[in-house]
Amino acid sequence: MIAARLKGLVTFWYRFFVGDDWIVAAGVVVALGLTYVSTKLIAHTFWIVPAVALILLAASVFRAAGTRKAD
Amino acid sequence: MNGSALFVTVFLACAVEAVEATTVVLAIGTARHWRSALIGTAAALGLLALITAALGPAITVLPLNVLRLVVGGILLIFGLQWLRKAVLRAGGVKALHDEDAIFREQLAAAQAAADGRRTLVGDWYGFTVSFKSVLLEGLEVVFIALTFGANQHDIPLASLAAVIAVCVVAAVGVAIRAPLSRVPENSMKFVVGVLLCAFGTFWGAEGTGVEWPGSDAALPVLIGLYAGVGLLLALALRARNKVST
Repeated sequence: MIAARLKGLVTFWYRFFVGDDWIVAAGVVVALGLTYVSTKLIAHTFWIVPAVALILLAASVFRAAGTRKAD
Repeated sequence: MNGSALFVTVFLACAVEAVEATTVVLAIGTARHWRSALIGTAAALGLLALITAALGPAITVLPLNVLRLVVGGILLIFGLQWLRKAVLRAGGVKALHDEDAIFREQLAAAQAAADGRRTLVGDWYGFTVSFKSVLLEGLEVVFIALTFGANQHDIPLASLAAVIAVCVVAAVGVAIRAPLSRVPENSMKFVVGVLLCAFGTFWGAEGTGVEWPGSDAALPVLIGLYAGVGLLLALALRARNKVST
């Protein structure tokens, strides 16, 4: 009973923060991490986050469109 | 970001979520028991107010860079989800959000569900469905309002935008007692997705230590970039659908 409730809670928060496509969430975290490291070591790499986000969006949209077509 | 941009973003995000919650509450009230549906709604709004009161001060205690990094990252993930959904709908891959169809489905489910009474609540099913619906749709709204407000040091204005959006949608829903199917929900979702992506990118990168070229002037550029790519993706999906049919 408790395990089932815990599982439900974890699933809810996972869906709340991560959503339908975990690759997008993971990609955003990686992009922010890369920006942090490169800004500390090299220069103000402001372009990394928007560039990665747009690639993630396009990839996610076409992945979803391909999956729906295959259904 | 000025106050009006903060207000518009939070208002639109709240209005979209409020339309979805209102559809469920209207179906429950129509099919079963208005009083239970409204008590469920009030209970969920009370819990959301408590969450806001608890989280609001906690968020503002965080150092600004940490706040911007964490909040920016989460807003960007939210924004990409909203934008992805809106693009798939605009591109004809996913069905447009149909409040009439959702209303009919909820109505049928509510009519088929068994009766049950609890203390203070005449219809337990109506209470729980309304409560869950308002709470789930409201959580995202609370998060958006709090994080936008905290970043701009203006939680009261963000909260005001959220409350006005919920009141306007609820008032219209109660007045017409029908699903709000004329609200251009997909367009609103697209706009909110673009704004969340732009602000999430801006704050998230700032949180890592980045200085944007042109400072705040980078924001409109980001908004234009996400909107342009979103529109291009929707057009590409439509063209692909036309070729394949």
